[in-house]
Amino acid sequence: MLPTPAATPGAPSVSPPFWLLAELTYQCPLHCAFCYNPLDYDAVRNELTTGEWVRVMREARALGAVQLGFSGGEPLNRDDLEELVAEARRLGFYSNLITSGVGLNETRIAALKNAGLDHIQLSFQDSTRELNDFLSSTRTFDLKMKVAKLIKQYDYPMVMNCVLHRYNLPHVGKIIEMALALGAEYLELANTQYYGWAMKNRAQLMPTLEQVREAERVVEEYRARIGDACKLLFVVPDYFENRPKACMNGWGSVFLGVAPDGAALPCHNARALPGLNLPNVRDVALSEIWRDSHAFNAYRGNDWMQEPCRSCDEKGRDLGGCRCQAFMLAGDAAATDPVCSKSPKRDRVDQVIRFASRPEAGLDGGQVIEQPILFRTNANSRSLNGA
Amino acid sequence: MSEPLFPAMPAMSRRFRLQWEEAQQCHVLLYPEGMVKLNGSAAEILKCCDGQTPVDRIVSDLETRFEKTGLRPDIEGLLAHAYQHKWIE
Repeated sequence: MLPTPAATPGAPSVSPPFWLLAELTYQCPLHCAFCYNPLDYDAVRNELTTGEWVRVMREARALGAVQLGFSGGEPLNRDDLEELVAEARRLGFYSNLITSGVGLNETRIAALKNAGLDHIQLSFQDSTRELNDFLSSTRTFDLKMKVAKLIKQYDYPMVMNCVLHRYNLPHVGKIIEMALALGAEYLELANTQYYGWAMKNRAQLMPTLEQVREAERVVEEYRARIGDACKLLFVVPDYFENRPKACMNGWGSVFLGVAPDGAALPCHNARALPGLNLPNVRDVALSEIWRDSHAFNAYRGNDWMQEPCRSCDEKGRDLGGCRCQAFMLAGDAAATDPVCSKSPKRDRVDQVIRFASRPEAGLDGGQVIEQPILFRTNANSRSLNGA
Repeated sequence: MSEPLFPAMPAMSRRFRLQWEEAQQCHVLLYPEGMVKLNGSAAEILKCCDGQTPVDRIVSDLETRFEKTGLRPDIEGLLAHAYQHKWIE
């Protein structure tokens, strides 16, 4: 649950950031087809040093950030993770490790516990070994099962995360069963968000409306049955709603991301938005970035909105939706999110949904994948960047 | 037998961390990727939940400390809410 920003008439007030997402590295042993990382991630090599991350954490904490996510890429790829976790604990952050599990052996999980790590979010790609390993283009399913047991053995709260799309939506019941069996306190059933690699693979990943509704029904059934045993977080994918979500709970409102090279991100995908001129934590103090930078003020509050958002009586609820979706689908980052049925560009979203339900898409129990999927690999990143 | 509304000697759940947040000017409960802001009295009650103090004693301690009587219904209400949300066990 995110804190509700105080309602303020007139100019947007700047609330403290709530969530610092530290993307420690873009390097990752997995090659997931739905990764939101930028396509050209492999060109980013000048990662922040341990000392630079410590400074970022101190500055963010002084600004009021309280939740800290260590992510990436695979954060365990950094051998200074334990040191960063210890500093996070000293600063009073609640620290979350967002991991594929690869690299989390017993030595490291014990060291992280000693350092004060609060929680581990472990990703699975599916409830079956076959699809998990296919979608991540690795053999990692058995290892993830082992890691899940270690997480419980070391008494961490565990959030299991599974990104959903047309191939595993029919397995939602099985995925919930797996989370229950592994003792996860929360299961995040995260429908694919179409940025980065996921956008490249959108035609292959986009589910049908029937799949989404059926998965929703299954989740509801389990919620009623299991009560508090495991909290099921399932958010209907944007494309299948007629109002957008309040992306990031408002731009420059609660979320502050820092990319491996120090670029400060108002949203996960901000690197792909034009004209933001993202500030870098190596050059500018975090307080100045958060309060004064062009990038963090570009879509803060309501003043930037165009019609139909500007005069819409629902603008306070969804804040115009997602800027990245507006840019990718409507060609203008300041446009109304085309997911909204009031957007003049809604037909572009409907086209994508219609395309997903075409008969030749041939969903054969989620097993047959005819079109080539572009996996997130260093080689693919380099060739896309050069293209 | 129906489930009690709260434990006889409530303890903070190890799944939540209670701490003062300067930027929020309030106590908060932290849990995976989330936060609950607490009002002043909720924080004072939860701070008493050490797993060794019976509810009667929590009521009398707080009444003494804040020089008030009749706090029991509010305290029990908060404890029931906290138990329901698994903040205490």
